[in-house]
Amino acid sequence: MATVSMTVNGKAVARDVESRRLLVEYLRQDLELTGTHVGCDTSQCGACVVHVNGKAVKACTMLAAEAEGAEVTTIEGLATSEDDLHRLQVAFNDHHGLQCGFCTPGMIMSSAALLAQNPKPTEAEIRHYLSGNICRCTGYHNIVKAVLSASGQDTAAPLAAE
Amino acid sequence: MPKDSAIGEVQKRREDKRFTTGKGRYTDDIVLRNQTYAAFARSEVAHGRINSINTAAAEAMPGVLAVFTGDDFVEVGGNPAGWLINSRDGTPMTEPKRPVLAHGKVRHVGDAYAAVIAETPEQARDAVEVLEADIEELPAIVNMAEAVSNSDNRVHEDTPSNVCFDWGWIEDNRETVDAAIKAAPHVTTLELVNNRLSPNPMEPRCSIGDYDTGTGDYTLYTTSQNPHLTRLLISAFVMGIPEHKLRVVAPDVGGGFGSKIYHYGEEALVLAAAKKLGRPVKWTSSRSEAFLTDAHGRDHVTTIELATEMDGTFIAVRTNTMANLGGYLSNFATATPTFLHGTLMAGNYTVPNVYVNVKGVFTNTVPVDAYRGAGRPEATYSLERVIDKCARELGMDPIAIRRKNYIKPDQYPYTTPVALEYDTGNYDATMDKLEEIADLTGFDARRKESEANGKLRGLGISSYIEACGIAPSNLVGQLGGRVGLYDAATVRVNPTGNVSVLVGAHSHGQGHETTFPQIVADRLGIPVEMIEIVHGDTARIPFGMGTYGSRSLAVCGSAVVKATEKVINKAKKIAAFMMEMPDGEVDFEDGVFSLKGTNKNVPWGDVVLKAYIPHDFPLEMIEPGLEETAFYDPANFTFPAGAYACEVEVDPATGKVQVMSFAAADDFGKVINPMIVEGQVHGGLAQGIGQALLEHAVYDADGQLLSASYMDYPMPRADDVPMYAVDHSALTPCTHNPLGVKGCGEAGAIGSPPALVNAVIDAIQRSGKTGVTHIDMPLSPARVWSAIHGN
Repeated sequence: MATVSMTVNGKAVARDVESRRLLVEYLRQDLELTGTHVGCDTSQCGACVVHVNGKAVKACTMLAAEAEGAEVTTIEGLATSEDDLHRLQVAFNDHHGLQCGFCTPGMIMSSAALLAQNPKPTEAEIRHYLSGNICRCTGYHNIVKAVLSASGQDTAAPLAAE
Repeated sequence: MPKDSAIGEVQKRREDKRFTTGKGRYTDDIVLRNQTYAAFARSEVAHGRINSINTAAAEAMPGVLAVFTGDDFVEVGGNPAGWLINSRDGTPMTEPKRPVLAHGKVRHVGDAYAAVIAETPEQARDAVEVLEADIEELPAIVNMAEAVSNSDNRVHEDTPSNVCFDWGWIEDNRETVDAAIKAAPHVTTLELVNNRLSPNPMEPRCSIGDYDTGTGDYTLYTTSQNPHLTRLLISAFVMGIPEHKLRVVAPDVGGGFGSKIYHYGEEALVLAAAKKLGRPVKWTSSRSEAFLTDAHGRDHVTTIELATEMDGTFIAVRTNTMANLGGYLSNFATATPTFLHGTLMAGNYTVPNVYVNVKGVFTNTVPVDAYRGAGRPEATYSLERVIDKCARELGMDPIAIRRKNYIKPDQYPYTTPVALEYDTGNYDATMDKLEEIADLTGFDARRKESEANGKLRGLGISSYIEACGIAPSNLVGQLGGRVGLYDAATVRVNPTGNVSVLVGAHSHGQGHETTFPQIVADRLGIPVEMIEIVHGDTARIPFGMGTYGSRSLAVCGSAVVKATEKVINKAKKIAAFMMEMPDGEVDFEDGVFSLKGTNKNVPWGDVVLKAYIPHDFPLEMIEPGLEETAFYDPANFTFPAGAYACEVEVDPATGKVQVMSFAAADDFGKVINPMIVEGQVHGGLAQGIGQALLEHAVYDADGQLLSASYMDYPMPRADDVPMYAVDHSALTPCTHNPLGVKGCGEAGAIGSPPALVNAVIDAIQRSGKTGVTHIDMPLSPARVWSAIHGN
């Protein structure tokens, strides 16, 4: 066991964990931040994407100990407040970019990282960037529209008009 | 609020806030006090005899609380098959027992033969590693044809062969169909494989068993599409826990697509372990376990023949199919390749002679059951592929041959030769709409552009029809179904006028929490914000059958309407009493009750309050309270139908297929929330594209699942699919349910694979390779390249 400390969603935290503890387990089990999900065991699905020092990271690819001292943001920390959601959270709702919701936290965290480095991505750039996040429900159509919309771009025909 | 304003209107989903902010509550997010953890020892061989299991080493590991093996469950019943199929000769199918943990033999890689319960998940997994099992490997039965021909090596020794049933539909049609095909001027034959798939909802299965030693009550939190069905199976068949002592909760569930309909042994194990330990027991599947244990889908090998006149008029269809059932019968495994498949083999067409033969085959593979579409994609794929091949042979346009044989609007109700009665439809109208939204007239220009870039462009068309709104209980009973398939709703009006609607359907992505209030708001004339949906907890909801088979709106939605109407009828009586005319006729509109022929009226809120504060009630005439329950059993299936078009580019140098566009014109009957309906179609299309291009659960000859992770099983990703063009305006309302709705959940996955494969064949044929008439799915670059280059 070793003490692992970091800042998660702006709050300093420390827990004694086994050395094999993954960051995603640390978040879900030790901090009870269950918004970050586990959808696979081969770092393929992207349901566990969080931001570590501002970069999108699959939290299952990292030991908790590797995040010692890091600034971590999870889906629970993305919105400024309950009434002031992040523009991606709003856009996913506006454009029906989620169904079962399981991939959604990772999808939104990845999209936020994309928009941070590329404020006006094209449809192709969005699809390429999000190819590390698997969604089984939406067929991606409305996710792409949500990201276009959140980046202030025309989504052609929103919602049911098409 | 004007009446009808809530139906047909886009309303954003109220579910979304919790899911976009990380506040969803999925089963694995639940932590009970003193919770322990289960891990399973799973077979590494496809077929083996369990000689011994030594649990001592595992029991001695740190944190281990208990170890279970199949011996612990020999006294409890087996997980049953929900549908009895009789073979052509009248004999019933074989029904080998499916135990909680394998006993005597293991029958597929991943078959669980022991379970360890420990203080932490890591300790449980570590202990499984040291569990000693002597399992003698037996020759694996993997190939279906060999399984059928070799009865010496059997998956289940207590059955005479690996053939579970040999089903003919309709057996009385057989000779007529044979004769019609023999006499026909043209017969097109196609052999095809409907590839085995893994459903892969993004949330892996998870179950928590809890036992209250004080009351003797069990609670199971589990990833289920139908908590009451799970409770019934556990209570009546598997464990004998009385239903009133077992509560099943399916909280937020991260997708199902069929794989979470069924009861699995892990659910029984955590309940038994919780009782033994007096502590909650949680099991969370890894994705690797999901590939090895979640029921797979499809896996048919089919020969289909289509007999026609030389002008393309259909005369007869005959199919011969082997359907893989896997190592055990999953709950609806026997219904999927039979009644959900054979009954659809007439498609959208007037074809007078149809005969379907299906053999259900046991193999040493993961059990196969319903996956999005369930039998109907297999029927549609066979038929729409052979029609395309036939059109080519006869030199006909693929749209023209379909239109020539469509059932016409004046022919409804239309009884097919495979025993369904389609109530309504207009297939020409959906094809008209498709031609418009897919811009088919622009195809030649687009093809030339592709050609200039060295790519082959092709256009593929398909039609589909499906039987949804599962299902009329009397009909399924006649066909061998062992359950009723009604659904139920309770409309509970609370004293202050808002409404809790308790429904038997379960929402795991379908947006019921948003759509169902629209239905109630439409009837009551109150704002949707005053209406809340409760689902997924047997302690709170009436006995309903859950969500699958595109049934929620058509069946449970109809129950909601029925219960709401009962509420209105009672409220009218109360209103009449309040207006001092107990026998007077009362109208109810826009939330106001008015006495006919007078200017008297009372608003919704006053009537509701009166129901709960009945100080001056005529109790002999009216009971206090305002709450009604309705069960709705449909009169018939519903029949969504449509026409799909896919355009692809094939790179002849690599064989890679890129989907350039996909258009879907569907008839879902009336639509409550177009945004949600379109989302369902998008998702279905992606799953169909996945099946046609990417996905394949592949077994080697030893029964090892080669594609058991996302490294090997390619899920459709954002850059594999295009934006879709979807339309549902060419509609014919369902004639037999109060909403006129048909169901939209599976259509996309049913209609899309043949359109995509037809498009690829079209692209290759246009390049002059006219010998290429078929490629089996998935259309991987290797397969397509080999077809083009003749290898």
